[in-house]
Amino acid sequence: MAGKKLTFALMDSAFESARTTTAMRLIDIAARRGYDITVFAYEGAVMLPFAKQEQHANKVHGREVEEENHPLPRKFIASMMTEAKKNGGSLDWINCGLCVDERGAGEAIEGVRRGAPPDFWKAAETTDNTLVIATR
Amino acid sequence: MKALNIIETAYRATIEEQDDTVVWLTHAMKGAGADLSVLLRGNAVNYAVKTQDASGLSFGDTKQTQPPRLAEDITRLIGKGVEVYIVEEDVAERGLERTDLIDGLKPVPRAGMPKLFAGFDRVWHW
Repeated sequence: MAGKKLTFALMDSAFESARTTTAMRLIDIAARRGYDITVFAYEGAVMLPFAKQEQHANKVHGREVEEENHPLPRKFIASMMTEAKKNGGSLDWINCGLCVDERGAGEAIEGVRRGAPPDFWKAAETTDNTLVIATR
Repeated sequence: MKALNIIETAYRATIEEQDDTVVWLTHAMKGAGADLSVLLRGNAVNYAVKTQDASGLSFGDTKQTQPPRLAEDITRLIGKGVEVYIVEEDVAERGLERTDLIDGLKPVPRAGMPKLFAGFDRVWHW
């Protein structure tokens, strides 16, 4: 399926909505299939690749940090970038710049770039399909 | 490419963002040459109500001096050449009269939405 292009627009922040997990599942499938993927992270979604996300222990679960292995969206994104590349595709993650500024989310993982709504439009114009997963 | 932005979730972050995020996004993309239209449905039909006023909010000494002005934002979109459709039944169900709304809207019945969608290359439900 190499050569196929998909664009996603996401809005939800990390750790708050199952919609984000669903979006990640879809992006992961596309990465495994070697698609060229563009993600435009809008509003709270710019927190998904925030570099300072940290794992923690969970006393309720009775587990220390390593055993708990708390999921971190930034790690998911980094892994999907690697996976896409491994399969001949790419994952271009664009954080909405103004959304980053108002959240102080400038420290993103490597490979994330700053952009603006026209980048979403540009990607959508050259893509096979576009999926918007907005906040409800 | 022609795209339709459907706005249904209303007043999502409008106080903090000073606008509706998808109306703003539409302004920004239109400014970059995008061929976009908007469909207001559900509670978002209220964005077209002329007399809404979100001013006056304050927390302690901190005042929100620039409240969202959604009807004005929609009017400016129309002024830029963005067609703004509004679902007739959603307007009527909320007790709104045509005279309550800004000018330039394109009413569409619910049953007419599939035909409307067919006129676009992309339909994005925000």
